[in-house]
Amino acid sequence: MHNNTILELAHGLRGGEFTSVELTRAYLDRIASHNPALNCLISVCEEGALQEAELADRRIRAGDDGPLLGIPIVHKDIFCTDGVKTSCGSRMLDNFTAPYDAHVVSQLKQAGAVMLGKANMDEFAMGSSNENSFYGPVHNPWKAGSVPGGSSGGSAAAVAARLCAAATGTDTGGSIRQPAAFCGITGLKPTYGRVSRYGMIAFASSLDQGGPMARSAEDAAALLQAMAGFDSRDSTSAEQPVPDYLSALNDDLKGLRIGVPKEYLGEGLDAAIAESIQLALDEYVRLGAELVEISLPNTHLGIPTYYVVAPAECSSNLSRFDGVRYGYRCSDPKDLEDLYKRSRGEGFGAEVKRRIMIGTYALSAGYYDAYYLKAQKIRHLISDDFRAAFEQVDVIMGPTAPSTAFAIGEKADDPVNMYLSDIYTIAVNLAGLPGMSIPVRPVNDMPVGLQLIGNYFQEARLLNVAHQLQQVTNWHGAAPAGFE
Amino acid sequence: MQWETVIGLEIHAQLATRSKIFSGASTAFGAAPNSQACNIDLGMPGVLPVLNQEAVRMAVTFGVAINAEIAPRSVFARKNYFYPDLPKGYQISQFELPIVGKGVVEIELDDGTLKPVGVTRAHLEEDAGKSLHEDFHGMTGVDLNRAGTPLLEIVSEPDMRSAREAVAYAKKIHQIVQYLGICDGNMQEGSFRCDANVSVRPQGGPLGTRAELKNLNSFRFLERAINIEVERQIDLIEAGGTVVQETRLYDADRDETRSMRSKEEANDYRYFPDPDLLPVELDGGLIESVRAAMPELPDARRHRFERDYALSPYDASVLTASKGLADYFEQATKVAGDAKLAANWVMGELSGALNKAGMSLDASPVSAQALGGMLLRIVDNTISGKIAKQVFEAMWAGEGSADQIIDARGLKQITDSGAIEAVVDEVLEANPEQVSNYRKADEKKRPKMLGFFVGQVMKQSKGKANPQQVNELLLKKL
Repeated sequence: MHNNTILELAHGLRGGEFTSVELTRAYLDRIASHNPALNCLISVCEEGALQEAELADRRIRAGDDGPLLGIPIVHKDIFCTDGVKTSCGSRMLDNFTAPYDAHVVSQLKQAGAVMLGKANMDEFAMGSSNENSFYGPVHNPWKAGSVPGGSSGGSAAAVAARLCAAATGTDTGGSIRQPAAFCGITGLKPTYGRVSRYGMIAFASSLDQGGPMARSAEDAAALLQAMAGFDSRDSTSAEQPVPDYLSALNDDLKGLRIGVPKEYLGEGLDAAIAESIQLALDEYVRLGAELVEISLPNTHLGIPTYYVVAPAECSSNLSRFDGVRYGYRCSDPKDLEDLYKRSRGEGFGAEVKRRIMIGTYALSAGYYDAYYLKAQKIRHLISDDFRAAFEQVDVIMGPTAPSTAFAIGEKADDPVNMYLSDIYTIAVNLAGLPGMSIPVRPVNDMPVGLQLIGNYFQEARLLNVAHQLQQVTNWHGAAPAGFE
Repeated sequence: MQWETVIGLEIHAQLATRSKIFSGASTAFGAAPNSQACNIDLGMPGVLPVLNQEAVRMAVTFGVAINAEIAPRSVFARKNYFYPDLPKGYQISQFELPIVGKGVVEIELDDGTLKPVGVTRAHLEEDAGKSLHEDFHGMTGVDLNRAGTPLLEIVSEPDMRSAREAVAYAKKIHQIVQYLGICDGNMQEGSFRCDANVSVRPQGGPLGTRAELKNLNSFRFLERAINIEVERQIDLIEAGGTVVQETRLYDADRDETRSMRSKEEANDYRYFPDPDLLPVELDGGLIESVRAAMPELPDARRHRFERDYALSPYDASVLTASKGLADYFEQATKVAGDAKLAANWVMGELSGALNKAGMSLDASPVSAQALGGMLLRIVDNTISGKIAKQVFEAMWAGEGSADQIIDARGLKQITDSGAIEAVVDEVLEANPEQVSNYRKADEKKRPKMLGFFVGQVMKQSKGKANPQQVNELLLKKL
């Protein structure tokens, strides 16, 4: 069962071939045998999952329908889950049980999805390797000792290892797409505002966006259908109608204009990865698409801009973790200042503290104009690059990451080198566009991701384009050895 | 050296919305600690603010009322600092682009002249919670019921030159926000709070260094604190010292200001636009609808009272000092049909009774309707003004309406001239000596002597005889 897609599983559930309880039990068994080695889940909700599965079975018997009804998934531990520990990968929230469900969680619950557990992640979503978790690193199912990418590394590893049918993730600078690429799965970061951020613990509010991580574009479409939509509790949520993502999957690609940015295929990219990308592009040409070389001239400004905006917002967003109302509190504080300093000093990990300090500096009196304000201006330039490009093309393609998954510890002491992992994904967040990563030909048996970037609210188009490739190739169908 | 005082005020008016500025929790005062703080007010992980449009409408109402510029686009910003009663570690406020820009109000000086005071800006922000230091041995309690209550911070230009002017300005703003119905103005409960920036300079010289005074929770304290601070600064400079920029706390018990924190210790608030909230874009529609629904403002009402009710400028200004009092007066007048009489009673007996009981007008046991009903009985000669005081006391004590009390106590005035004549005859008969003295006395002395007979008649009739008729009959018979 665990090798089936969501739509296949849904078919089996409706046809009475198996129940959601049986399916849930099967995944829980796989989690029990594989999670100790992979460390991709922080919490496993056995009891809750079986209850939800039973409820789903009753709904199925009552004639209720829907592709996610009874389907077991995991949530990144950044989404608040009522009554369930929500740690955000941090010691700060190790003792925190959320008092409410995030919008994404309640939407998927309503759709009948079963929550198996909460996925490991870089602390507060800050990282590209999942090494910055209080709960320890996650291992890439394709190669023990390699990172799964980050920050949604636990979600990506769990999907790749077939410990769940699909997962949720969040993406602030590439945190869905880069781990999807490293783990050989399909991940979609929607347009900013497409999925409500309510209940998603904020890292950088103007960049954060939740999205699906799945084994195929079709599964991602089913998940996004439930996650997307206007939510009055998030002022930045878009009041845009949600199209039927599944029905748009089969549109043909004749005449599709694919923009290939020259900046994405130049220096810094592994040659074998460039070859894999080219192979995929050739497939698209065979499907009737046309390749257009484009330029995104401000690409090189993406990382410096991001590392001002995101830390600035995070320095403020993480102020609420002060040891006063919930979360970690140091023992025996001698006064208020001591309470703040030690609770935050002991509760946060090194990367989180580094970013809080960078952000605090960038917002300080006398530096604000030179850093934060300037970064906001460059953000406009980067958006303008994309705006101009989308006047010529329908979709932009290139690599998701410059390399395949690297070894745990390889870049841990070199933050700037680590930040370069997100060089192709970050600009998409700065512009607020939708982006996707799908598996293409592996390099040295390690997965490679093709990034698809669409215009605003063109998720249906991206899913369609990804699905069409997955109809004529089977890179997405491969399972890591030992997890088939 | 002739010193000149320069004062600017920052006023925080709590907006009278039912729910908080960024959450649906109630803003009602006095609930059990933390019972009115939802996940958003508590700053739980993952929660987001959603702007209460009613707070926007109220801010615009204030702006229109003081003829201020209303910003077509204003932006919420985060003011970052750590404090236990600030749950998110930042306050959502407005910084570079406030919703209300420059405006002006007129204050009346002691000599009756009018002086314009500039309003620099007014912006929306959320209130913090309260830290409670008593009752928690060596610890601090935090009550977040107030966290997220909408505030309008109204910042004046440094246009005031004395504590009296500052109080006049504060009272003016207080009056305006109450008239607009956007703030209950309750200073004890903290719905209306003033901070004063005070500096001194040689007459006409460049601005001196200012101190910000906090904890001024009544107009009296505002005036006292400024005067004390001005004295302190002048003494300091004259003794060769210099004023430092700092925040000072007014201690009403010791009647002094104390340094709270200096500029060096001040926070760098690291303001930046709140990415969780969209800019507030106002179309002309809201401003026009606010303008159309604008209630009568205090100055207009005062002029109307002088004109329509023939009240003196003083009476009109007392009666329009608060919207509640003006409404009360107009309602009582409507029932009684005599504005002068109503004015005297509202400013006299009613205000006196309220003061004595330490009550606010809205807690008055005698409603405007009830007082008007009683005044009507004076107007139609059912009771005299003197008896009315008895009736008012009984109404205050909750004995019923004026008519019920007049009935129950038999206080109806005697206007039957036969009955009054009988009493008059009795009195004259019983006091032959006074009668003969009166008759012998000279014209000038007679009115005073007549008072004795009137008093006797009123006493005999238990105050119920119509005084005018008594006078007429006595004059005739004497």
